[in-house]
Amino acid sequence: MTSTLAQTPLHSWHVSHVGRMVDFAGWSMPVQYSSIVAEHRATRCHVGVFDISHMGRIRIGGPDRVEFLDHLSTRQMTDLAEGCIRYSLLCNESGGILDDVLVYRFADQLDAHWLLVVNAANRHKIASWLEQQSHAFEVELEDLTATTAMIAVQGPLSVQVIPRVIAAPPDHSFTKLKYYQSQRGTFHNTRVLVSRTGYTGEDGFELILPTEIALELWNAILECDPDYGAQAAGLGARDTLRLEAGMPLYGHELTEEINPLQANLRFAVNLQGRDFIGRESLQMIQYELGQPRRVGLQLEGRRVPREGYRVLSDRAEVGHVTSGTFSPTLEVPLAMAYVTPQVATEGSKLHVDIRGKNVAARVVKLPFYRRK
Amino acid sequence: MNHEELLYAETHEWLHLAEQNGDKIATIGISAFAVEALTDLVYIQLPEIGQKVAVGESFGEVESVKAVSDLYSPIEGEVIEVNESLADDLEALSTDPYGKGWVAKIKLTDEGGLADLLDADSYQKQCSDG
Repeated sequence: MTSTLAQTPLHSWHVSHVGRMVDFAGWSMPVQYSSIVAEHRATRCHVGVFDISHMGRIRIGGPDRVEFLDHLSTRQMTDLAEGCIRYSLLCNESGGILDDVLVYRFADQLDAHWLLVVNAANRHKIASWLEQQSHAFEVELEDLTATTAMIAVQGPLSVQVIPRVIAAPPDHSFTKLKYYQSQRGTFHNTRVLVSRTGYTGEDGFELILPTEIALELWNAILECDPDYGAQAAGLGARDTLRLEAGMPLYGHELTEEINPLQANLRFAVNLQGRDFIGRESLQMIQYELGQPRRVGLQLEGRRVPREGYRVLSDRAEVGHVTSGTFSPTLEVPLAMAYVTPQVATEGSKLHVDIRGKNVAARVVKLPFYRRK
Repeated sequence: MNHEELLYAETHEWLHLAEQNGDKIATIGISAFAVEALTDLVYIQLPEIGQKVAVGESFGEVESVKAVSDLYSPIEGEVIEVNESLADDLEALSTDPYGKGWVAKIKLTDEGGLADLLDADSYQKQCSDG
């Protein structure tokens, strides 16, 4: 059965370290090794190391690459500086979210290109979308997912780990790398792309590297220095960490039926002075009241709100939960939900129907957790 | 309790049978295998004393970070005691699943369900074939 699932270059490591393997978007991925809570806490306090090779990596070259990406992206791309990274959304004509992505622009003058990191579940859809939209542009598209690996090193001590394992170019230091910037480094004479990005709400780095060195680099990070307590972490902890950090997950908070404005991603939409696919619709939508909005909920007790559970106000249904968990850091049940705007204000008192029982909840500010 | 001498439901509850004043009393808990599979437990919903349960009926729920699972009664009877201490000590479910981690005691009103339960060996086999 597992033979139909794609495997990352670290698959055998996960299996031999008793990772619980699950089907995630067609990939065999570890949901946890020991415990979600332990891996979550390791990331908040020390370092968590995640195999995220399932994420899609699409290289965009050619002379029109900047205009092309700007045309597809809700956020302006023409002013993205070399070496910088930007979070953005790709929308369809009606403003529905096709994916949320990271766009990398490289300083490399000989081989100028950009990189798009997309959700695993959307990789083929986005690859076709790019292909389909590329006719009026002179661009070259290449899916690098199968030939590269991606590793996230997240947590307050990750800044100690990365420089010990990866060599920075002369006159550069990874400790000085700014948030949402990238820099090439080397590991055993092989180039590794290092970016200060992540999906956990902690300081951290994400690495893109050739598959051939994936296992060696992975082990080097885990063994770098026991004092830093670097620990492998699975998708379970990745999910609880991003949820505490208030970050949406495609397929849950984001879908083609959801637009960026109701998802509270207004910061990732530049409507003025430019055109992009979906702009006209979003221009109209911004004046539409009444659309359900993404909010954070904190619940009383210890029962866990889960995707699909109904949200109630005075017994009337006002929305539904899109993600929920028992927060390992705050030790309370938390959820993200879409609710009608009338109740989408901070402090609003609601209920979540947890298997037939109404549990008190209130709307709280996102993110639930912010690092000090 | 010696887990070798217990009976098990396919749904991973264990059961220990004893006689008390002529009644058959079943102590019920969750197997170590199931607790290990759930991990990161955060909450247990215990049944109520006096609650009548039928074979295969949900009589409680356990929440973990990842999922919620029902506890199914392996027998027909009436709940006469519940392990209130679990509310503050969920750890007992994993550290001592066959002792301090017991969930409820049920007075049997029918013995029909007993025949379908597995002995320790058969249950072990079910888990390893899983």
